[in-house]
Amino acid sequence: MSSLSAGRSREAVLAAIILALVLAIGMRAPVFLSLESLNGVLTDTAVLVMMSLAQMPVILIRGIDLSVAANLALSGMIVALLSIAAPAMPVAAILVIASLVGALLGFVNGALVAFVGIPPIVVTLGTLAIYRGLVFVVSGGEWISSDKMTKDFLDFPHASWLGLSSLVWLAAVVAVSLAVFLGRTRTGRGLYAVGGNPVAARYCGIDLSHRQLLVFTLSGAVAGLCGYLWVARFGIAYTEIALGFELNVIAACVIGGVSIGGGVGTVVGAMLGALFLGVIVNALPVINVSPFWQTAISGGVILGAIIVNARSEYGAGKLILPEARRAAAKDGS
Amino acid sequence: MSGAPPVDAPRHPVPDRAPQRLSDKLLRWETVLLMLLVAVILLDTVLSPYFLDIDNLSDMTQTFSEKAIIALGMALLILAREIDLSVSAIVALGSLAMGLCAAYGAGPVELVAVAIGVGALCGAFNGMLVTRFGLPSIVVTIGTMSLFRGIAQVILGDGAITDYPEAFTNLGQNVVVRMPPLYLGFILFVGLAFVFALVLHRTIWGRMIYAIGNSPEAARYSGIPVNRIRLLLFVLTGALSGLASALLTARIGSMRPNIALGWELDIVTMVVLGGVAISGGSGTIPGVVIAVLVLGVATYGLTLVNVPGIVINIVLGLLLVAAIALPIIARRALGAMGAMRRMKP
Repeated sequence: MSSLSAGRSREAVLAAIILALVLAIGMRAPVFLSLESLNGVLTDTAVLVMMSLAQMPVILIRGIDLSVAANLALSGMIVALLSIAAPAMPVAAILVIASLVGALLGFVNGALVAFVGIPPIVVTLGTLAIYRGLVFVVSGGEWISSDKMTKDFLDFPHASWLGLSSLVWLAAVVAVSLAVFLGRTRTGRGLYAVGGNPVAARYCGIDLSHRQLLVFTLSGAVAGLCGYLWVARFGIAYTEIALGFELNVIAACVIGGVSIGGGVGTVVGAMLGALFLGVIVNALPVINVSPFWQTAISGGVILGAIIVNARSEYGAGKLILPEARRAAAKDGS
Repeated sequence: MSGAPPVDAPRHPVPDRAPQRLSDKLLRWETVLLMLLVAVILLDTVLSPYFLDIDNLSDMTQTFSEKAIIALGMALLILAREIDLSVSAIVALGSLAMGLCAAYGAGPVELVAVAIGVGALCGAFNGMLVTRFGLPSIVVTIGTMSLFRGIAQVILGDGAITDYPEAFTNLGQNVVVRMPPLYLGFILFVGLAFVFALVLHRTIWGRMIYAIGNSPEAARYSGIPVNRIRLLLFVLTGALSGLASALLTARIGSMRPNIALGWELDIVTMVVLGGVAISGGSGTIPGVVIAVLVLGVATYGLTLVNVPGIVINIVLGLLLVAAIALPIIARRALGAMGAMRRMKP
């Protein structure tokens, strides 16, 4: 229970920091606080939020998926080419196809991890290069610009319902489904068990390779979906889109308190971590700070976040002597 | 009264290492890699008439020497269960520092010293964060990677530095030995690889690194200064990144904020293909050296037959996954066959 409440308070602190940051930026530049601008921040960050949410279960079971950005680029390129080949295709079909392509790429990662037994970081390091190279192969190195894409294809990310863009709604759907999955299903709860103690989880009858296959496929599916959204939103598909984005995704998870050692992480935390990075990126131009500061600041923020998180996880150490344990119990009561 | 063994003789002999059969030696990772290297060289010789040209081969070494120098430090880090993803950002920062010093008229020796010094400082920063706060190095170095490169971006903006003294750029662009033509980077790599192999496989320091990689707790209980060695390895890898930065900057004669972008993944690939377990504790320097050559020769051969760089990356990615996966699958198949044979009456 104590670790749960510690997690909650950490998220509350992170949320408070984000709120304070937004208000502080608003003091410097009131335009940042307008509904339109805040909506823009949310829309800009939605892809990072979704990708971080999908990465979180992977890290939860002590894995890591470095191939997500390459997956995003490849899935995005494939649906862009498909939409040119079949202009009549409805957007719903494109969304499904993008997710399926991404899920397939994620499944390949999962199969190599689960069935061959290669460490996740090695597998995804390899597939990162392979998927990125395949973008070049399927496109022949061409840039697919918006004038070749259909109007429906391009319009979807810019559509909005009830004042929020479709990207934000999709991110909300991903967040709610993941929260239900991790919190309310046996399979989802099992992920925490696997990450917390794989050996104990095995003795409880939890199948590790099944979970590995599942989380990598899910991570891939979301990356594929984001591939379509990225390409359609910016109206361009080429080999280098989202280059290095996997590190932003992992950084967002880490800032949100997801432990790289596995077993610790929440949906709210991963979302807040992504939002934090999103607010900083969007705020810099508003308060007239050179965008060149962005990388350095996010680096500093990552380091600060992990130091703070490590401090709160740091236990009192193991008390070996019975006298010391008794003394500690007396202090506690 | 005969037959009673002397009291102090061990009942079971405890050999220093497990007995090796010929099949064990053949299935060793270094042997597999060596065969792979020969196969790649043969393939390249058949594919292109320009491959076995001494000048071309010497130019080839320029494409991997800098990364390979960093890979030596990275190999030791990964052996000790750590990793440093910030190496390419350290290269950028070292290159920037040299550019700033060159503006004040520093000569080649000072510039190289500055790069190595900046690298060692960055490495010490990584190492302090990892050892003092007990943080996972992969996360720390993802953070410092952004921090270091970010600092370079802040200072340089979207500009570039191109004014390096000629005596300095000659270090990277001209051959040191005429016949066979050898560049400084390759000579340094070979020399360093020799020293690293010696230290890792023949000294107590090397044994300590293996001990840390196999079990940090057991190593600590055995009196090994685990954190001090970890810190040293980070400083070492940083210093090597600084050296690589000097070689790279001298070779291309300019510095932009995106210099050496993404190198960390190439370097980790070299180390992992070299047979160093990502979970630490096993792997050798000769393995890493052969893997460097395999990757270098494969890249060079594909370039000769005009394969675009990004497609070469697919081949290298496949090589990495296949090289790790196939021995595992083969071992499993052999194991299954053995089990079936035993089941027969």
